[in-house]
Amino acid sequence: MNEIIPNSLRNGPDGRGRFGEFGGRFVAETLMPLILELEAAYEAAKADPSFQTELDYYLKHYVGRPSALWFAERLTKELGGAKIYFKRDELNHTGAHKINNCLGQILLARRMGKTRIIAETGAGQHGVATATVCALFGLPCTVYMGAVDVERQKPNVFRMKLLGAEVIPVSSGAGTLKDAMNDAMRDWVANVRDTFYIIGTAAGPHPYPAMVRDFQCVIGNEAKAQLQEAEGRLPDVAIAAIGGGSNAIGLFHPFLDDAGVRLIGVEAAGHGLDSGEHAASLSRGRPGVLHGNRTYLLQNEDGQIQEAHSISAGLDYPGIGPEHSWLHDIGRVEYVAVTDKEALAAFQLCTRTEGIIPALEPSHALAHVAKIAGGMDKDEIVLMNLCGRGDKDIFAVAQHLGVEL
Amino acid sequence: MSRIAGVFAGLKAQGRAALIPFVEAYDPNRETSLALLRGMAENGADIIEIGVPFTDPMADGPTIQAAGRRALEAGASLAGVLGLVREFRASNAHTPLVLMGYLNPILSYGVARFCADAATAGVDGLIVVDLPTEEADLLLPDAAKNELDVIRLIAPTTSDARLPLVLAGSSGFVYYVSITGITGTRTASAADLARDIPRIRAVTNLPIAVGFGVRTPEQAAVVAQHADAAIVASALIEKLCKSDVASVLADVAALAAGVHGAVRTSV
Repeated sequence: MNEIIPNSLRNGPDGRGRFGEFGGRFVAETLMPLILELEAAYEAAKADPSFQTELDYYLKHYVGRPSALWFAERLTKELGGAKIYFKRDELNHTGAHKINNCLGQILLARRMGKTRIIAETGAGQHGVATATVCALFGLPCTVYMGAVDVERQKPNVFRMKLLGAEVIPVSSGAGTLKDAMNDAMRDWVANVRDTFYIIGTAAGPHPYPAMVRDFQCVIGNEAKAQLQEAEGRLPDVAIAAIGGGSNAIGLFHPFLDDAGVRLIGVEAAGHGLDSGEHAASLSRGRPGVLHGNRTYLLQNEDGQIQEAHSISAGLDYPGIGPEHSWLHDIGRVEYVAVTDKEALAAFQLCTRTEGIIPALEPSHALAHVAKIAGGMDKDEIVLMNLCGRGDKDIFAVAQHLGVEL
Repeated sequence: MSRIAGVFAGLKAQGRAALIPFVEAYDPNRETSLALLRGMAENGADIIEIGVPFTDPMADGPTIQAAGRRALEAGASLAGVLGLVREFRASNAHTPLVLMGYLNPILSYGVARFCADAATAGVDGLIVVDLPTEEADLLLPDAAKNELDVIRLIAPTTSDARLPLVLAGSSGFVYYVSITGITGTRTASAADLARDIPRIRAVTNLPIAVGFGVRTPEQAAVVAQHADAAIVASALIEKLCKSDVASVLADVAALAAGVHGAVRTSV
């Protein structure tokens, strides 16, 4: 449990689940008692040292934590400025940061006596991580995935099926992450008594944004200690990609009270911020309510939610976690945007200079690193969360590069 | 007395329950919705619920989801729905209208301006699906200032301990979501209702309406035996898709006969 320090930026959310005016619990009454039960169960788990001990065991022996901190020396030379470190959460079991959160939530589900797990997924990384922990604990798993995403992430769909999960393609709306989340919530409403909904990002009704953040803070906590060991100091910049924002909040949160650390979140600008086809909720959206929380959303003048676009299925979401909306409004975190093209270039840069194939999601963060590192001093440090590996993306990348596999 | 309270008081004096049919505004176009509103009022609807289309109707099943998509394609907006209400009110001053929808279009319109405009247009009550009691302070003051009833949803998951909290600040009637699930899917049994409705009656004097999964005149009659109103939505939308306005109105008349003819046991 976070220690309460006066004036800390790490004390949120308040008793109503709000970060400033963002967050809250905007769900139908059918779900409200479950949300309250979940909140009570999570508070009890946080106060129980055996819960953290159990989680630590699985994080160490199953996930392979701590993940490495890597000094990207060739990339640093190529960009010619600040020293660039990668927090290598792509080395986790299942290849992304998602499993940190899935393990935490499934251990909680077991404590609560739930016997069935559901999840939504965009790129499929959260779906794979959820299917994985369900296989590990022998629980039935249903994953909702937009029909468009099922098509563009076939390897992950096959992985989930191998792991024993049922994958349900969702064809309402644009058939992407937003629609998958709608159907997962509909499933939950219909199966309230036995089902636990493992939300994959730091969004949704309270307590999800805080709970997912807490489970992902292992990223920032480890990186902080590892960088202390490597360099004896804090980074000058910490940077991460943002869809819903779970890997970013996990990296940022342990640094929020370190005023000297510049924090940068990178949204997906898709075909460009002015193209109308992007996923940049903070850069181009305005506050509203969707999926149980008040946050920045892409919406039209009537409050209808607009479809997001990104080359990366994991960033293709018209909202963002409520804590990011608050950090944006108070100015603690800078939010920028990177286009599909820039992310593709960064994907290739990383592969070529470091021998690491990144997922398209962190390729967005890397594209922004490439923009700023050259202008920084050589003794400055940039810490980037390499939150997923790119094996799942090679087919999509090949297609964009005009290569037939 | 509000229009909604007046309708329930009148029905209670006659020992009858109410039929509340549902119209998804602009599905498939504005003219059809206006014809349905007018025709339902003439065919036994005591109150009419108007669905405000939203891109992400999380509590709704496939039927209302599809209706919402058609409506948005036909150009539906919250302002457009209020215009529809104004036009209906020009020729009908007595049938209460309740808007049912999701919070974001209201936030986008502006809560204060929306409540004022809704009341002026002739709306009587609001059901905002994703605004639970914990967040209702966002709407209640402006609704009260404009004499709009805020109708609360109660679910099978709502515990006895939680009921008084959920009902605090509610008015008009109580909407009992009779199943755990989305609209238009499962149906509660008579035994379910006989168990659940008294639980709610114990904590409120407001009329109780039952919705989600009420499809036929027989089911509506069962609801009317236990509760004060039956809400029918998905079945009417499906009929409209397959047939025409006249067939929907014939169904409304049959539902009304079922509800109004029911022998009431528990009131």
